[in-house]
Amino acid sequence: MGMGKAINEGLRRALAEDPKVLLMGEDIGTLGGVFRVTEGLKSEFGGDRVIDSPLAESGIVGTAIGLAMRGYRTVCEIQFDGFIYPAFDQITSQLAKLTNRHEGHMSFPVVIRVPYGGHIGAVEHHQESNEAYFAHTPGLRLVSPSTPHDAYWMIQEAIASNDPVMFFEPKSRYWPKGDVDTSHNSTPLHASRVVRTGADVTLLGHGAMVSVLLQAAEIAAEEGTDVEVIDLRSISPIDYAPILESVRKTGRLVIAQEAPGNVSVGSEIAATVTERAFYFLSAPVLRVSGFDVPFPPAKLEAIFLPDADRVLDAVDRVLSY
Amino acid sequence: MAKSTGDPMVQLLAPDGSLAPSERAEEFLPYFEQLTDDNIKRFFRDMSVIRRFDTEATNLQRQGQLALWIPSHGQEGAQVGSAHATRPQDHIFPAYREHAIAMIRGVDLFDLIRLLRGLTHGGWNPNDPRFRNFHLYTLVIGSQSLHATGYAMGIKFDGDYATGNYETDQAVIVYFGDGASSQGDVHEAMVFAASQQTPQVFFVQNNHWAISVPVSVQARVPLFRRADGYGMPGVQIDGNDVFASYAVTAKLMDDARQGRGPSMIEAETYRIGAHTSSDDPTKYRDDSELSSWIARDPITRLEAYLRDKGVEQAFFDEVAQEGADYSADIRHRIVAIENPDPASMFSHVYSDPHPLMTEQAAWLANYEASFGEQESASSNAPTPDANSVQEAAPTAEGGDA
Repeated sequence: MGMGKAINEGLRRALAEDPKVLLMGEDIGTLGGVFRVTEGLKSEFGGDRVIDSPLAESGIVGTAIGLAMRGYRTVCEIQFDGFIYPAFDQITSQLAKLTNRHEGHMSFPVVIRVPYGGHIGAVEHHQESNEAYFAHTPGLRLVSPSTPHDAYWMIQEAIASNDPVMFFEPKSRYWPKGDVDTSHNSTPLHASRVVRTGADVTLLGHGAMVSVLLQAAEIAAEEGTDVEVIDLRSISPIDYAPILESVRKTGRLVIAQEAPGNVSVGSEIAATVTERAFYFLSAPVLRVSGFDVPFPPAKLEAIFLPDADRVLDAVDRVLSY
Repeated sequence: MAKSTGDPMVQLLAPDGSLAPSERAEEFLPYFEQLTDDNIKRFFRDMSVIRRFDTEATNLQRQGQLALWIPSHGQEGAQVGSAHATRPQDHIFPAYREHAIAMIRGVDLFDLIRLLRGLTHGGWNPNDPRFRNFHLYTLVIGSQSLHATGYAMGIKFDGDYATGNYETDQAVIVYFGDGASSQGDVHEAMVFAASQQTPQVFFVQNNHWAISVPVSVQARVPLFRRADGYGMPGVQIDGNDVFASYAVTAKLMDDARQGRGPSMIEAETYRIGAHTSSDDPTKYRDDSELSSWIARDPITRLEAYLRDKGVEQAFFDEVAQEGADYSADIRHRIVAIENPDPASMFSHVYSDPHPLMTEQAAWLANYEASFGEQESASSNAPTPDANSVQEAAPTAEGGDA
């Protein structure tokens, strides 16, 4: 099944297993969401558990906070990445800080689903990768699956978390199909994972970028370069152990991301790897990012988004040191 | 004694202390008539004690004992009346000036002192039954209104209202000010409340000033009239009339508990003091306005009523002594407060374990400890900064290879 269907199945299972789980968002009920990720759930669980909210993002997150105070675990859907900013205060000043403000007397298990990223040729505000704003905020957890299997399990783990989790869904991966084992999962929510082993260069990315990295690795292999690929999976906290282990082996790290590179998640990882594995590096850590411009009109997105060629250009550069 | 003026304001107790219900007060009178003499004396006691406490806290701030104080002087009538109109099972979401309501719900006012001394961002546990569902102060203007509506949605989903059981049916009351009424979150809270028909009351204390900006900048119509636009009842009260505040809140909270949906109260009151201890109101408002509101003071008004009813001087002396004792207690306790443990910064950022919290708490502990070692160590001991980066790593990740 595709990732969209996998998340749907994960949500269905969470709704069935815990009566305190609610879904709330714009158009998620009767319509099943603009991407149909919540399709069928309102008819199965009712309009008080799969709530078509008024069209107000701050209201969605702010009321989810109040519901959390009463023991509910609300999964909010923000319809598109670029529509999340009206909720910025409720996410960063309220949700992220309320456990600390309550000195641990209350937990805020709110999940915020954010379909994000490019590759779908959409209009402005519909293709952003804005995870860095939230990764910078203490009190939040951020994850992003790259496969349907991970999405199925990670959405359930995010709902089970006692902390707020921002669940970034690479919307271009909603449709490509992959196997989902609904009986067994082996990777914890906040673990990064090697998805292809190699000896020469480490490539690291999350969400839709993982498939680009795997494609780049295939091309590099034809040219005799043995590339390791790591799926970050968790953006906050970052699981550095597999990354550092890989870098100690390859000595070279390229981080790819759709987001603008300036003050990005990739910047943080590059700094940390340099601090912790400096003597193992044979080349500077390179970032392959979106440009530091607003996400361009659809006809330019292929130029803006890092593709396999731009990743391979960076691979060539780290190998030339 | 009803005035046929068309004045929308609910007032029971005139500024001179006479009981003179306005035309609009009629439907709320049954709630006032339930009050016993002891209830009314309790209103006076609470208003007086909180004002004495407020003065004490202002002084403590001036003496450097508090980082900030937020005076409530002048707003005691709106707060005490509405707080007593809530039931134990109700939930109260305050802004940050609701000291009287905190006290009435059982919060130790010393917990407010801890917050404003800079020891905590919270101060009390709303889940502790002693505090009877009084939630934390919220400093981002209006944000709490959405939390209140979300909470009220939860009451609805749980079916904990409209059962006809006065002892268990729940409702929510959320407090905010005239300035907050301009915030998008307050608007969205009312939209969601109307959409879901939540059991809740929006209580606006219109104290006429959002720091230096008069209410006329926030709204060209009385704020209670906005309720109509959301499809909920809106009632304007004389916020310095503790009876009006009690009776109207009691009625609308009853309506909410019984499933009649959300409503809004605008309490016309006045911030006699500064916005906070950092503010100088002489910069933006004139003495004549201030004096006109002092003449409508909620406490002197009720005192006149009680004296007219024959309440003896001994009662007033007793209340004054209680306020003085309360304040003396706060003064004595404040000198004994210790600063929080630095490690507490990391303790509650997350509910579940988090690697950065573990690493950074350990790093800070080592760093702090290193100063003690340095004092007795030789001059070539490594400086903490030089090692900080590698110390922050959970394991020795090869930087020292």
